[in-house]
Amino acid sequence: MVRGRLLPAAGLGVLLLGLIVFPLVVTLPYPQHVMILIFLYAMMGLAWNIIGGYAGQVSLGDATYFGIGAYTTVILLRDLGLSPWVGMLVGAVNAVIVSVILGYPCFRVRGHYFAIATIALNEIVATIFTNWEYVGGAVGIYVPILPESFINLQFHRSKAPYYYIALGMLIGVILLNVWVGRSRLGYYFRAIRADQDAARSLGIDITRYKMIAYAMTAALTSLGGSFYAMYVLYIDPTSVFAFSISLLVVLVAVLGGVGTVAGPIIGSVILISLSEGTRVLLGGTGRALDVAIYGLLVMAISVLQPYGIVAWVRSLRRPRKPREVKVAGPAA
Amino acid sequence: MPDPLLEVEGLSKRFGGLLANQDVTFAIYPGEVVGLIGPNGAGKTTLFNCITGFYRPDGGRVQFEGVDITGWPPDKICRAGIARTFQVVRVFRGLTAFENVMVGALLRNPNPRRAAEVARDILDLTGLSAQADELVDGLPIALKKRVEMARSLATGPKLLLLDEVMAGLNPKERQAAVELVRRIRTELGVTVLMVEHVMEVVMPLSDRVIVLDFGVKIAEGRPQEVINNPEVIKAYLGERYAARFGRLGGV
Repeated sequence: MVRGRLLPAAGLGVLLLGLIVFPLVVTLPYPQHVMILIFLYAMMGLAWNIIGGYAGQVSLGDATYFGIGAYTTVILLRDLGLSPWVGMLVGAVNAVIVSVILGYPCFRVRGHYFAIATIALNEIVATIFTNWEYVGGAVGIYVPILPESFINLQFHRSKAPYYYIALGMLIGVILLNVWVGRSRLGYYFRAIRADQDAARSLGIDITRYKMIAYAMTAALTSLGGSFYAMYVLYIDPTSVFAFSISLLVVLVAVLGGVGTVAGPIIGSVILISLSEGTRVLLGGTGRALDVAIYGLLVMAISVLQPYGIVAWVRSLRRPRKPREVKVAGPAA
Repeated sequence: MPDPLLEVEGLSKRFGGLLANQDVTFAIYPGEVVGLIGPNGAGKTTLFNCITGFYRPDGGRVQFEGVDITGWPPDKICRAGIARTFQVVRVFRGLTAFENVMVGALLRNPNPRRAAEVARDILDLTGLSAQADELVDGLPIALKKRVEMARSLATGPKLLLLDEVMAGLNPKERQAAVELVRRIRTELGVTVLMVEHVMEVVMPLSDRVIVLDFGVKIAEGRPQEVINNPEVIKAYLGERYAARFGRLGGV
């Protein structure tokens, strides 16, 4: 039992050390950029994991919250000169408010209304921002360039600081996922995913807990959006409210394994490497190829291993063997 | 006589043209084990669903500990102290037996560590300790039903509604389940209302029996009285069973 816990812990330690040393060894900007994207999408996959994985409610519009985070941060910086860190927090609050407005009517009814409503919301918000002069309309906003500092969340000479911030945020979201999985919230979310009526019969207010899960997802996704805005220093509706972001977030989680912590991380490593790899190999001509490969991967996963890579690895480690199930009477 | 734990008064439930429950009135007293019997389609499960908030009754009211709980949502009714199982098992698939029971235990113990202790105790009492870490998906039906009972018990109810927990069990499993219901009453002090088809189970286990037929309560009383009630015999038991039961020496 001790060895079984020690070995993964040691592995994680080595992995973390490797990730910390990485930007010092690999100083080229492009590999660092790929790693930052992997962290960002792993983080957003883990954010989606709370509503979609634990609570089993499929959201297809997470870009809404990505964009809300990005715009809140940039506008507070542009108009009020507030630090992007403050913008991040305000963005998360805004995201929670929007998630409640959408979630309350949707979670009171069963079925796929929620999934459809999330797509609709994404489109509505994108349209509003595209036609809203104050936030730059379709042209978007350039982030005011400030002196390089942690407080300003801007670094112009190297990507390494962004790398560490993204890594730190990812670790935070991982820890939150682990905590959720072990807490009352996690049990309730999984109960709701498994059987809503049974969950209600055990005293769980399912509407309330779905809204809590969705609010957590929204807040964490908006943090990703805030970070993205400060990293790219330019946002417009088509880049931060893109449906492709919503989709990629879901793919990352589904490919790796929903409802697990490792799943979205593995999914992000595979999908981001794949899309960046095909881009590098094929240049401009390969623009759609990464998406075609996603498609094939998702098809393969859903046919061969619907529970994702994590479940597949687990099934390899623990071969199925017929088990004797003893029916015992109540303990004497 | 103490105050009733549960009072159902004039309860009616209609599905289109079908009157599933019609003016049903009865009371359950603390510490009792009450059997609810009746032929298929008599409205037993409908009655359960009305009491536990899954259906909203069309008429009448349900009182629990003197509080009118008619029309409350199921989760609120559970928090008030009524737990239930389902006729068709609804365990949480993808979770282990322990995790299933944890979901129940967390209701009164928000701290997972404390809830885990409660869950372990309940698993012990229900004889599920050996299967605690197995996914419920692979458990045989008898154990799935027991997981459901354990899960509801973990919410710390005052009243437990069991919907056909003996159905589909072999005689040995059934005996274990009967023993478990006895322990639920004696060791946990939980009052039990059980829907059951298996007469050999209901009769010796119940203090009182309520009989439904076509949504109407046709009899209520001690098992011995009910068994000899001509109305009940006609509706449900059949004279052959009554004769056989008499030969076995009754309760």
